[in-house]
Amino acid sequence: MCNTCGCSITPANAHLVEEGGALEHTHEGHVSIDVLSSLMHENDHQAMHNREHFDRHGVLAVNLMSSPGSGKTSLLEATIEALGDEFHIAVIEGDLETENDARRIRAKGVPAVQITTGSACHLDAHMVHEALHDLDLDAVDLLFIENVGNLVCPASFDLGHHANVTLLSVTEGDDKPAKYPVIFRAADLVLLTKSDFLDVIDDFDPAKAERHVRELANPADVLTLSVRRPVSLAPWLGWLRAQLERRKAGAILRPQVQSDGAALHIVCATR
Amino acid sequence: MHELAICQGLMAQVQAVAAKNGARSVERVVLSVGPLSGLEPQLLERAFTVAQAGTLAAKAKLEIRCGPVRVCCSSCGVVSEASPNRLLCESCGDWKVKLTEGDELILISMELSGFGLDSKPGSSFIPVWQDKTGIQ
Repeated sequence: MCNTCGCSITPANAHLVEEGGALEHTHEGHVSIDVLSSLMHENDHQAMHNREHFDRHGVLAVNLMSSPGSGKTSLLEATIEALGDEFHIAVIEGDLETENDARRIRAKGVPAVQITTGSACHLDAHMVHEALHDLDLDAVDLLFIENVGNLVCPASFDLGHHANVTLLSVTEGDDKPAKYPVIFRAADLVLLTKSDFLDVIDDFDPAKAERHVRELANPADVLTLSVRRPVSLAPWLGWLRAQLERRKAGAILRPQVQSDGAALHIVCATR
Repeated sequence: MHELAICQGLMAQVQAVAAKNGARSVERVVLSVGPLSGLEPQLLERAFTVAQAGTLAAKAKLEIRCGPVRVCCSSCGVVSEASPNRLLCESCGDWKVKLTEGDELILISMELSGFGLDSKPGSSFIPVWQDKTGIQ
């Protein structure tokens, strides 16, 4: 917790902060002490350092999240093919086991660092920090972090990235945003992947999936695409180019959903 | 699913606060966990019993406060309660709302005991949020 700006204080807990109230004796004679720090404090602290690294080197860091098999790695392969001549791309891959995904990325001529988490179901800021040691950020414009395939945990861990992209393939069900609100609320962009299957299935309605995203109070664009149909990738590539432009113009980039602590740190840093 | 990882981080914070305030035991840990925090209170309780073992918080009771999900509407300004996957204004039905409560994940307070002669609370005792040196 930042002890000077009180950035863990939110509208929900503000009433707990009283000048005389921090030191209280309970009826058992114990001493009660207000702490008001985030449970994610350690991770958020490391994430802040990661973000400083990225900002200092002018790197745009994008966190890709989805359930296993939604097409994150395939999307990266297609993206590298389309943008690889225009921008220097690097990838941090996260999986429980194997180097398979990093190998696929390297085969496209792009540096990839594989994090094998063992049993951890998500990447955290410390793991990403370790991986950065194996990358030359001076030579990178766009860094993708392909998170562990998991629709639950990854959304809770700030990695120091600038944007969250959540993928949902059309074979997974259009009500997934309602079933997994945390990860879809956190998305700065939602991608409905494998859209070529819409030719043969009739129970996925992209409009319904988008409505569920809106009901999470999320204004993020919801794009439908297929890596087998390169033309459909244009809006996704356009979104990436726009974020890279903003980066180049010096805009402060942050995921739209952040802990109040992280959001207030920008205020502190710019005072 | 990651409740144990969170509890391990929590235990590090708890031990740091206790040490900074000269306490040898932690009697109670109070958390605020919102419905959109990504953590499940029951699983947190179970993970806590694993994480607290062998630490100075080994006998600490865990209290988890779960508040509602509340949104403030950008269209009509009304603050209303909502459900985690339907964040709509109760008054006008708009989805353009800001979440004001519901995703918090806070260590609110702790109860400490076992203060030695060299560390009486009230003498050199500095509540951690007033300590400018910061946690750890």
